[in-house]
Amino acid sequence: MKKEIIKKHPLAIRWFHWVNFPVLGIMIWSGLLIYWANDVYRIGFGDTTLIKFFPKSFYDTFKINGRLSEGMAYHFLFMWLFFLNGIAYVLYTIFSGEWRDLVPIKGSFKRSWQVLLHDLHIRKTAPPITGKYNDAQRIAYTAIIVMGIGSILTGLAIYKPVQLEWLCWIFGGYKMARIIHFILTIGYVLFFLVHIAQVIRAGWNNFRAMITGFEVKKIKEETVAEEPKK
Amino acid sequence: MANIFKTIFTSNKKLNIDQQIMKKTVVSFFFFFVFAGAAFWGWKWLRKQPMEPGSEKNRTSAVLRKVLNTNEDIFKGLLSKNNLAKEYPRSKAANPARVNGYLGLKTKLDSNWAMNVIKANGDTLKIKLDDIKKLPKIEFAFNFKCIEGWSQVTHWGGVKFSDFVKAYGLGTESAMNYLGLATPDKQYYVGIDMPSALHPQTILCYELNGMTLPMDQGYPLRLIIPVKYGVKSLKRIGYMYFDNKRTPDYWADVRGYDYYTGL
Repeated sequence: MKKEIIKKHPLAIRWFHWVNFPVLGIMIWSGLLIYWANDVYRIGFGDTTLIKFFPKSFYDTFKINGRLSEGMAYHFLFMWLFFLNGIAYVLYTIFSGEWRDLVPIKGSFKRSWQVLLHDLHIRKTAPPITGKYNDAQRIAYTAIIVMGIGSILTGLAIYKPVQLEWLCWIFGGYKMARIIHFILTIGYVLFFLVHIAQVIRAGWNNFRAMITGFEVKKIKEETVAEEPKK
Repeated sequence: MANIFKTIFTSNKKLNIDQQIMKKTVVSFFFFFVFAGAAFWGWKWLRKQPMEPGSEKNRTSAVLRKVLNTNEDIFKGLLSKNNLAKEYPRSKAANPARVNGYLGLKTKLDSNWAMNVIKANGDTLKIKLDDIKKLPKIEFAFNFKCIEGWSQVTHWGGVKFSDFVKAYGLGTESAMNYLGLATPDKQYYVGIDMPSALHPQTILCYELNGMTLPMDQGYPLRLIIPVKYGVKSLKRIGYMYFDNKRTPDYWADVRGYDYYTGL
């Protein structure tokens, strides 16, 4: 078995990824401190509540209670890092051409189902991959950018709802903008859970690439032997 | 283990593929942990900053206060007299309107109530409700927004603050940077930047839903300022004053909130 070092993630991508991780974490935490002050959202029908956001035990566990001013102060500091890092990432992917690996292509939606079935061990073979990522990844990594833009715009709408009334209007009003801002946050948490599961499933070689930038490719000896001798 | 490190970092010989992988991995992880450590240290530093003095529930440090003030400088440029809070049909207004605080209302209201307007030269004007009512009245329903996150369409009536300062010859005062208001017992007080106070929807309010203000909504006279969160809409005005420096603000000074809280 011969090994080869293959470049996978440019330094800029790794940098943006690892900056975003703690920053988004702090945004979610400080967002919870803010949300607590008016925690009216739930999933249910009529008077029946299936999921309440959030139960008292959740607040107690994470010490969320009575920290609105603190939450706002941190949220309105780290929003800048989240925003600037996100902008830098998007600009980098555009100018470096990395975007080609990150956006869905023809047949991506169909193949992403096949990826899902394969990952759930329902389907034996994985569909072919064009570029760096499979089609489920293409959709996920594009969706997360759309979500990020959505968080910034809904956040801005509820931050300055009078001066940016038109922005509130786009999202269906002040209350709806706050709801969307919240749902997107739940979306990040779900993304994170799947992301972590997939990273564990993919293994060390894949994870190491997000820190070192390279992946190790193993090449069978036979193919090497076929090369003409000097 | 030490031998491997010695080989990959000091050997002059060309490294084999496994040694190359090892070297690149070690170097990358080293820098990764250095940066992660620096970020963690920065976070600890931020969390350790001493809280602002003189406040039992204030959880805002000087660093965070600086950030809030910088955000104010960046976003106050958005404030325009032409950007009005959206007005709703009065039929959409909540009745009764939500009552969300009793700060400054716990003492008995003096039957001789008058608003004390402290002028720049130190004189105090005592202005009765009937005098206020002589000025042109405006009414509107808008989505009142609380800093806690809830909002409610409510219908208010009163006198534009900008009309009030003109009528009472408070030109010098309204040219200053900040307006201050306090309840008669001085238990609740707010500070407001003058451009927001002079916004055309900022009113000295004496009516809710077309009726006299209820006691718990700030009878006889309160502020309604749609370009701010509800915390600035002080109930039961006892004192009005002006300053070029920031006037005291309960939620900013004692409880660690942003001073500006502009919407």
